[in-house]
Amino acid sequence: MTPALQAPPRPPAERRTNGRLPPAPPDFGDDGDGEGEHGPRRGLDNLRLAVLFFMGAEAMFFGALISALLVLRLGMAAWPPPLEPRLPIAVTGLNTLVLLASSVTLVTAGRARRRGEPARHVRWLWGTAALGALFLAVQGYEWIRLIGFGLTLASGVYGTTFFALIGLHGLHVLAALVWLLVTTALVARGRFGEGRSAPVQACAMFWHFVVGVWPVLYFTVYLI
Amino acid sequence: MSAHAATAHTAHTAHEHHETGFVRTYIFSTDHKMIARQFLFLGLFMMILGGLLALIVRWQLAWPETAIPGMGRILRETGGILEPSTYNMAFTMHATIMIFFVIMPILAGAFGNFCIPLMIGARDMAFPFLNMLSFWTTFTAGLIMLSGFFVEGGHAAAGWTSYAPLSAVAQYTGVNWGQNLWCISLFVMGVGSMMGSINYITTIVNMRAPGMHLFRMPLVVWSLFITAILLLLALPVLTSAVAMLLFDRTLGTSWFAPSGGGEPLLWQHLFWYFGHPEVYILILPAMGIASEILPVFARKPIFGYHAMAFSMIAIAFLSWVVYGHHMFVSGMSPALGMAFTVTTMIIAVPSAIKTFNWLGTLWGGRIQFTVPMLNAIAFVSMFVIGGLSGIFMASTPVDIYIQDTYFIVAHIHYVVFGGSIFGAFAAIYYWFPKMFGRMTNGVLGHLHFWGTFIFFNATFFPMHIIGVGGQMRRIYNPMQYEFLQHQQHWNVFITYSALLLGVSQIPFVINFFWSLFAGPKAPLNPWNANTLEWTAPSPPPHLNWGDRIPTVYRGPYEYSDPDAREDFLPQNQPPVGAGARRH
Ligand code: HEM
Ligand SMILES: [Cu+2]
Repeated sequence: MTPALQAPPRPPAERRTNGRLPPAPPDFGDDGDGEGEHGPRRGLDNLRLAVLFFMGAEAMFFGALISALLVLRLGMAAWPPPLEPRLPIAVTGLNTLVLLASSVTLVTAGRARRRGEPARHVRWLWGTAALGALFLAVQGYEWIRLIGFGLTLASGVYGTTFFALIGLHGLHVLAALVWLLVTTALVARGRFGEGRSAPVQACAMFWHFVVGVWPVLYFTVYLI
Repeated sequence: MSAHAATAHTAHTAHEHHETGFVRTYIFSTDHKMIARQFLFLGLFMMILGGLLALIVRWQLAWPETAIPGMGRILRETGGILEPSTYNMAFTMHATIMIFFVIMPILAGAFGNFCIPLMIGARDMAFPFLNMLSFWTTFTAGLIMLSGFFVEGGHAAAGWTSYAPLSAVAQYTGVNWGQNLWCISLFVMGVGSMMGSINYITTIVNMRAPGMHLFRMPLVVWSLFITAILLLLALPVLTSAVAMLLFDRTLGTSWFAPSGGGEPLLWQHLFWYFGHPEVYILILPAMGIASEILPVFARKPIFGYHAMAFSMIAIAFLSWVVYGHHMFVSGMSPALGMAFTVTTMIIAVPSAIKTFNWLGTLWGGRIQFTVPMLNAIAFVSMFVIGGLSGIFMASTPVDIYIQDTYFIVAHIHYVVFGGSIFGAFAAIYYWFPKMFGRMTNGVLGHLHFWGTFIFFNATFFPMHIIGVGGQMRRIYNPMQYEFLQHQQHWNVFITYSALLLGVSQIPFVINFFWSLFAGPKAPLNPWNANTLEWTAPSPPPHLNWGDRIPTVYRGPYEYSDPDAREDFLPQNQPPVGAGARRH
């Protein structure tokens, strides 16, 4: 495992002897070298663990929305309800590929980081962000068209579920994109060098999560 | 660690406080102990409010449509008489405040924050800043909730369960912004609790002191661990549900309103899918607290440590598959109802295991009837009554008759007041010396306990009787129903008891504030307990321990070991022969 956050500095010996408290460690995170105050540690550092749990909460959030959609559509005689516009299945299908590709580029970036090729790392990160932005742009364009056809949040269950589920996912992509851009900018400045890459990996985990939710939504909202 | 070293550290606490300013120490503090105190004060303040709302409701039920003393100034138009709309608002907000802003902040917020780092031997939470953010988010949610009392149309009035379509269309209750603020507040609260739970779980997984294996953790830490997992996974369901409700009310979406193709039952599914894990969120920390206090004052190891931990894990899993027992009469296929009956009966098994283990812990112990111990014993016995009435309601043939009556109100209160609130009182009395560095007063404590215990039972036990007698919950005036009039004397009795239950809290308030400033200074380990928090100074300084965090050598409940010199063996006491390694 790559060493993660900074080790809390051991208090200097003279301060330890006269009974004074040690200075606050800057971070309580895992030091990864197995020699922290808490002794040897296996597994993930605090940051990635927290992102993992956050993903659990998010999964329940999307799970609630998806089950709501299923309950509502099972209660309807016809789905999509008559007279509602059809969703752009083909374009969105291609867009799905764009988003999935962003996960691939992100994995490639990670591989470059591990091989110690910072320039390639940054380049693939920018590529990932670009694919994410492209996905959002296409989604936004399709939304505007659908609203033009009269499908809105307030136009009945079909519009409600479509915009809520897809919109919330869009917000997640946007948030992940902002996070990725900030991280990439910091990586480009050399902030997360050798052995300090946990924040980059945490960001990547969230990105993969947001990408991973999308095929499920595409299937439940667009395809069935 | 010797008592000498400890006093030396206490002296240094004072230094620490001068280093950071007032605001960073008392308000925007990232110290888990200060955040714990903040949660405690938030919860206690809200408890006063929630309690007063309950007394208003009780007055109306005993002496319907008479002026409530002291309310003339607030309800000016009616001269202090509660109207149906205000009555609905009062019981809705009573439950909402008690569940989300009293029990959750005190048990999960205050004691979660206080106990987890101190008892696993960590210097603070994994993310101290996030921890602070979590408190202030919850605080903001509380402010939003309170602001609802001041808006046009009054506060939410559709019950704490806010069933759609009643809650989804403003015209049905006449409440407009009140219900919206209710949704917004719970949304914000959900975000705050998610921050807290992520922090708790990460801390417990990653920050335990050397030697603190999972199965050496005190049971209260286990209970908070499982509570945090339930919070993490259940709250997002509520969060999405209240967002949907809010959008239905403000943006014209159609989740729950049938007019646009929505489905009112969907709300019940989402709410109870959150709601049943939620009731375990309310009770699990109290179970952990009881498991902590009973061995200390029985001077015996806990009976069945592993069974205690595994039964909590079982509860955590099962709590996801029983939620249908809240919807037996909402329109459910009998086969499905049968399935939920069975799962509900099954979830009573781990609860029973825990109860027998508590009794086994007490059996043959040298019991010291201190105030925390009395509250913990009250927890066990009241939880038994609440659990048993739960089993009645779990069987559909019975529940069809008693659902939505005072029988369920009795059940709720035996578990959340008899369970969670007695657990909270036990925890406050038990950890007060560590939290504030001073002892509480025993006489006032006994006065508070006995008053609360007696009048709690006098208030809530008769509710079983009037419930089976047919009194519906959430009715404005029982005297309007001929078949209920003959049991009105019970309503009067209950209200008198409730008023006295309120009066019984006065010794607690006096005790709390008097001890806070003038109580005798607490020693390091006033109860001769084993867990790690008692090795830190009272109150523990920033970062909890001096130069070294304790090392753990044994489980948390080694009391009355015949081979030991004293009747307790602190977790950081090395086994004989390893003494050289001690610092
Ligand atoms: C042995 C364990 C338990 C069983 C078998 C059980 C069973 C039930 C059942 C069947 C209901 C639905 C009754 C109805 O609506 O007709 C119910 C309601 C309720 N239970 Fe429990 N319960 C148990 C423990 C608890 C605990 C530990 C808590 C909280 C700390 C709790 C809190 C509640 C609340 C708040 C309601 C009412 C919800 C409402 O409609 O407002 N229960 N319980
Ligand atoms: Cu339940």
